[in-house]
Amino acid sequence: MIQIDQRAGCGCAKTAPAKGVAAQPSSRRNFLVKVGAGLNTIAAAFIGVPLLGYVLSTFKRESTETWISLGPLDTFPEGETRLATYRNPVNKPWDGDTAEVPCWVRRIDPQTFQVFAINCTHLGCPVRWFQASRLFLCPCHGGAFYEDGSRASGPPPRGLFEYRNKVESGELKVLGGHLPTLAEPL
Amino acid sequence: MLRSIALWFEERLHLMKLFEATAGHKVPPSTNSWFYVFGSGTLLCFVLQILTGTCLAFVYVPSTNEAWTSLQYLNNQQFLGWFLRAVHNWGSIFMVAIMTLHLVQTFLFGAYKYPRELTWVSGCFLFICTLGMAFTGQVLRFDQDAYWGLGIGASIMGRVPLMGAQMVHLMLAGPTIAGETLSRFFSLHVFVVPGMIIALVSLHLRLVLTRGINEYPKPGSVVLKDAYETEYEEMIEKTGVPFVPNVIGKDLIFSAFLVIAIVTCALVFGPAGPSGPPNPTLIHTAPKPDFYFLPIYAILALLPAYMETFLLLVLPVIGLAVLILLPFYSGTGEKSYRRRPMAVVIVTLAFLTIGLLAYLGTYAPWSPHMEAWSSAATPPEYVRGRSALELQGAILIQGKQCRNCHSLGGEGGLRGPALDTVATRLTRDQLIRQVIQGSGNMPAYGKNLSPEEVTALVAFMQTLRPSYQPAARDSTQAASANSLTSDMRASR
Repeated sequence: MIQIDQRAGCGCAKTAPAKGVAAQPSSRRNFLVKVGAGLNTIAAAFIGVPLLGYVLSTFKRESTETWISLGPLDTFPEGETRLATYRNPVNKPWDGDTAEVPCWVRRIDPQTFQVFAINCTHLGCPVRWFQASRLFLCPCHGGAFYEDGSRASGPPPRGLFEYRNKVESGELKVLGGHLPTLAEPL
Repeated sequence: MLRSIALWFEERLHLMKLFEATAGHKVPPSTNSWFYVFGSGTLLCFVLQILTGTCLAFVYVPSTNEAWTSLQYLNNQQFLGWFLRAVHNWGSIFMVAIMTLHLVQTFLFGAYKYPRELTWVSGCFLFICTLGMAFTGQVLRFDQDAYWGLGIGASIMGRVPLMGAQMVHLMLAGPTIAGETLSRFFSLHVFVVPGMIIALVSLHLRLVLTRGINEYPKPGSVVLKDAYETEYEEMIEKTGVPFVPNVIGKDLIFSAFLVIAIVTCALVFGPAGPSGPPNPTLIHTAPKPDFYFLPIYAILALLPAYMETFLLLVLPVIGLAVLILLPFYSGTGEKSYRRRPMAVVIVTLAFLTIGLLAYLGTYAPWSPHMEAWSSAATPPEYVRGRSALELQGAILIQGKQCRNCHSLGGEGGLRGPALDTVATRLTRDQLIRQVIQGSGNMPAYGKNLSPEEVTALVAFMQTLRPSYQPAARDSTQAASANSLTSDMRASR
């Protein structure tokens, strides 16, 4: 049944141009088709290029780094590692809680800090600080890091991502603004 | 009256012709088999997903600020919202499962062979799209797991050489997981990927009509490029039966059971999540993927770290290429699985591997139990009659979070070996070395323990052995009479 249909279809396709030839000189028809196709290519570029640009605009790497305050220095006792959070400077009104970013602050001495990203360098899960064993442990695949952020064991390929930090007018500030990954550490 | 109405439509729409060319097309009678119901079953799941998904989109808010709240609203306040969420979740699980059965059936029955290469290829892309739906859908359930799942996706993208950072930005729609990330995944899940699936299903079904459906293969009947099509056409002409009504019965029965099964699961198990709110500062969470991605989650913990980038970026490409190109390097010859032992072996091994990895993924022995140090009890017989030093060691084993990775009496992490019989495996010197220097998956504790603490810890661990098993002995030292008698004393 299908075969018969196809044959019928082929027949139609063959007879249709024959009628067209009779009605119109073929060179003129070809010309119109070519102009039509050409115009449509241009039209497609008119809409396609801006569309692609819109979609791929995030593909372009922008520098979004800014200095962010983590609060006054006395919130971080010397010799200890504490969880700090900041609101991502690059945020939109509908970001909600996702714009809140946690990080680990280690105060070595009054003026020396280390600030680590929460994300494990293996696959980005949130590492947790264990005060007694002085280790960061990752709940996903068991990565472990020492208190200075260096890799202790497990699958992570490197130590924790570390923010650049500075002390300014009694506040600890870090340079942040993007999710740290192996391709783009902090 | 009815007849004249029907005729009125028939005159205008040529429905009989359409029917003969589609649902009424002739198929080999051997396809009237229970093995041939999985394709229509998968399609039914997809239709069910579109129906429930559209209804869920009436209420769901694709905004990072509101998504989680709208899911709670769906679960608890919207009339039957919980039911639709449950059906959508179970529909996706069944869709992946039935689609896998369809894939395995067409593979084992040689349906991918000449001349149905394109049917197979389009099916492979449908499989990829469906897994894409599973991942994007898991993101739309915007909870803690979704948030950290996106972080994992970004970390994987970050391993792409040269353009890793750009890939991360493209995936997250910016430098961080934020408002536009969820909108992007919403658009993918609701418009882009379903659109691709509809287009691919159309192609897939068109090919079923133009290339015919694979006959139930007989062992020994071999596909030859020159002869197959003529043979198939002759068979259809001689014995072919219309799909509707002759063959559709089993599809209908299977489909009905499928819907009943999905609804039953939805009623019994309810909707999935959402788990905690997607607030990244709530770090007391152990992210876990939905079951489709458990094997990947497992293999990333179990393989050596140097293989991971290859595993994440290269292996999937090779694997998909091997799958998609199958009809081009194995397009002729024997179809029946009874004469293709390697095909059966491949399917069995694939099921065993994926099943075992998924099973391991359900309880993740590689993950530390983050609360075990404060919650896991020490069996009383491990502390009974111990000296003060040994008891101090028992306390250190809790306090220094050893239990997060090591279990005692079946409680605690499975990341490291259980410590119940550690004294039978390691001598005192080896225990000290292991604690101070660590090795393998164990961090070094040298800096975090004072010499006194190490002494206490090791003294306690030396008591951890059953009375009938001797303590480990340094094999380089001759067994002294002294240690032998002490062993005998212990075993008494």
